[in-house]
Amino acid sequence: MRVNPTLRAAAACMALLAAAACGSSDSTGSSGSPGAGGFHPPHLAARSTLGKPEGQVNLIAWAGYVEDGSDDPGADWVTDFEKRTGCDVHARTAATSDEMVSLMKTGDYDAVSASGDASLRLIASGDAAPVNTRLVPHYKDVFPGLKNRAWNSVEGVAYGIPHGRGANLLMYNTRKVRPAPDSWSAVFDDASRYKGRVTAYDSPIYIADAALYLSATEPGLHIKDPYALDQKQFDAAVGLLKKQNADIGEYWSDYLKEISAFKTGDSVVGTAWQVIANLAKSEGADVRAVLPKEGATGWSDTWMLSARAKHPTCAYKWFDWIISPKVNAEVAEYFGEAPSNARACDESADKNLCAVFHAADEPYWRKVHYWTTPIEQCLDGRTGVRCVPYAKWVQAWNEIKG
Amino acid sequence: MTSTGQAAGSVRRLAGALHRRPRLRLSLLLGAPLLWLVVAYLGSLAVLFLSALWTTDSFTSEVVKVWSAENFSALVSEPLYRQVALRSIGVALAVTALCAVIAFPVAFYTARVAHPRRRPLLVVAILTPLWASYLVKVYAWRLILSAQGPLDWVLAPFGVSGPGYGRAATVIVLTYLWLPYMILPVHAGLERLPESLLDASADLGARSWRTFRSVVLPMVLPSVAAGSVFTFSLSLGDYITVQIVGGKTQLIGNLVYSNVTLNLPLAAALGTVPVVVIVLYLLAVRRSGASSSL
Repeated sequence: MRVNPTLRAAAACMALLAAAACGSSDSTGSSGSPGAGGFHPPHLAARSTLGKPEGQVNLIAWAGYVEDGSDDPGADWVTDFEKRTGCDVHARTAATSDEMVSLMKTGDYDAVSASGDASLRLIASGDAAPVNTRLVPHYKDVFPGLKNRAWNSVEGVAYGIPHGRGANLLMYNTRKVRPAPDSWSAVFDDASRYKGRVTAYDSPIYIADAALYLSATEPGLHIKDPYALDQKQFDAAVGLLKKQNADIGEYWSDYLKEISAFKTGDSVVGTAWQVIANLAKSEGADVRAVLPKEGATGWSDTWMLSARAKHPTCAYKWFDWIISPKVNAEVAEYFGEAPSNARACDESADKNLCAVFHAADEPYWRKVHYWTTPIEQCLDGRTGVRCVPYAKWVQAWNEIKG
Repeated sequence: MTSTGQAAGSVRRLAGALHRRPRLRLSLLLGAPLLWLVVAYLGSLAVLFLSALWTTDSFTSEVVKVWSAENFSALVSEPLYRQVALRSIGVALAVTALCAVIAFPVAFYTARVAHPRRRPLLVVAILTPLWASYLVKVYAWRLILSAQGPLDWVLAPFGVSGPGYGRAATVIVLTYLWLPYMILPVHAGLERLPESLLDASADLGARSWRTFRSVVLPMVLPSVAAGSVFTFSLSLGDYITVQIVGGKTQLIGNLVYSNVTLNLPLAAALGTVPVVVIVLYLLAVRRSGASSSL
């Protein structure tokens, strides 16, 4: 148990800040974010106007989000931006959400393309500032299902601009895995059929995948939200993953490693992204990726503004640029995800982009539970019970791997 | 003209002053490297140890600078950390033993059997793998060890299959990576072995096995110990090879890596484990008298 005086002091500080935040009325209404259950960020105001572009902008991004043609001559949406706005783009690629969080803490960066498992942490620590969406003209075309959600807003205040989304699918080798699976049981209860050939995503957030499966198979646990687990639900999910560990061949975090494992047959079933399935297929692997009947976890990335941004105007210009229909289509196509701008579907080079990645398929996304940082205040709105925070997820993940 | 004369004069005076004060001369000479050693090396170790005594905020994972021995008590009480530490030491020992067993015959050939003119060439050949990138070599092994990969193909006629990704694969690849660091000291040790001792042993009626056991091995053992310091410490700190070919295996470096962004103090505490193990190992090697061969 790691409840110590420091933690309690931090909680007290948080409460004080919350009181300050309550004193003002900056929210734009339309709540519905589960974060409202008791988590209050430090009070920071969004800008109401933009100044003159500062000449440069420093970004933290996932690989493939900020391309200036140096990795692939065909992928370049930075050069045009620099020409139009006069903002030189300096991008730093981060490999994990945790790395993004620690880079943002340095204060050297203006903006970050944070996934939902990083965004709440950035908001709570005061590293991310609210974003005035009226200063981002293209925001009006963003799919409504991505606006003001639990991972990019708190109490109706937007903390970022949605970039794109994807689901963690069940991928399998069509020759080795028969009959074709339609349930996550292929990697949990039936995993022993493919002993040593099962793969899973190497991150603590994968515990939510087990919780999602349990929410369908063990109704007695009453799991409503895979990111809001009380101790009993959490222990059940961890127990399931420890059992699964016996059948795991390897865990993956590098998607190229997963593609090679499916090509050679070292892995035959496990979680994957749509882009991994597409690439593996194009390289000759007999794979298929499906959204199982229990639904899936997924990610929705958000461009967030640093609270200490030195070049906020250029950052806002970048937000608007990256979700403008043509650029949003380009980046979604290059990275392999669903664009966030509804009009991007008409601009993509591959006319099937939006169909392949289910960009406008709301029933599909209703089955996807986007990564969210688990915190002590249960995200599903329960009040009488404390949920297991992310730090414990990290510890448990190390134990699961043994 | 006069200014150069003056400058030359002051240089001469300085040289004279330094000549008269050997201690000053020595401290000026050693000052910079010692400062480097103390600040950059011992200093960073001290910071590592100190930061292990802090804790983190469980939500924002910011470091909270309050002293506590929590992380070190977790190292001892959590079975996970004990298990992983023991596994890492086991892998490092296995790699060291394998390296020693493979390196000895190779070094014996390069140092004593091969034609003297060819020996430098052979040493260069042993070093060539070190010219290639670490990642390229490990990814090549990932392909070699994959299911239906080259290794499986070679072993198939014998009715066996390769080890697949896992602990055995990690040991094999680390052995491959660090082998030159073992061969070189053993080669040097064997080269230094006087021919006359071998002749004397033969004159006294010892056969080759007896000569090896009673003459060669005791004299080369310090060199093996010196090589083992490299193979042991390099294996203990590695976390990339095990990520690529280790399957689901976790070593101590992986635990450090997975904690470093979220729980820096715990990562620091885990990082002291290999430091302590290697210090103990060096002390053991010192007792064997090998430090002079390093």
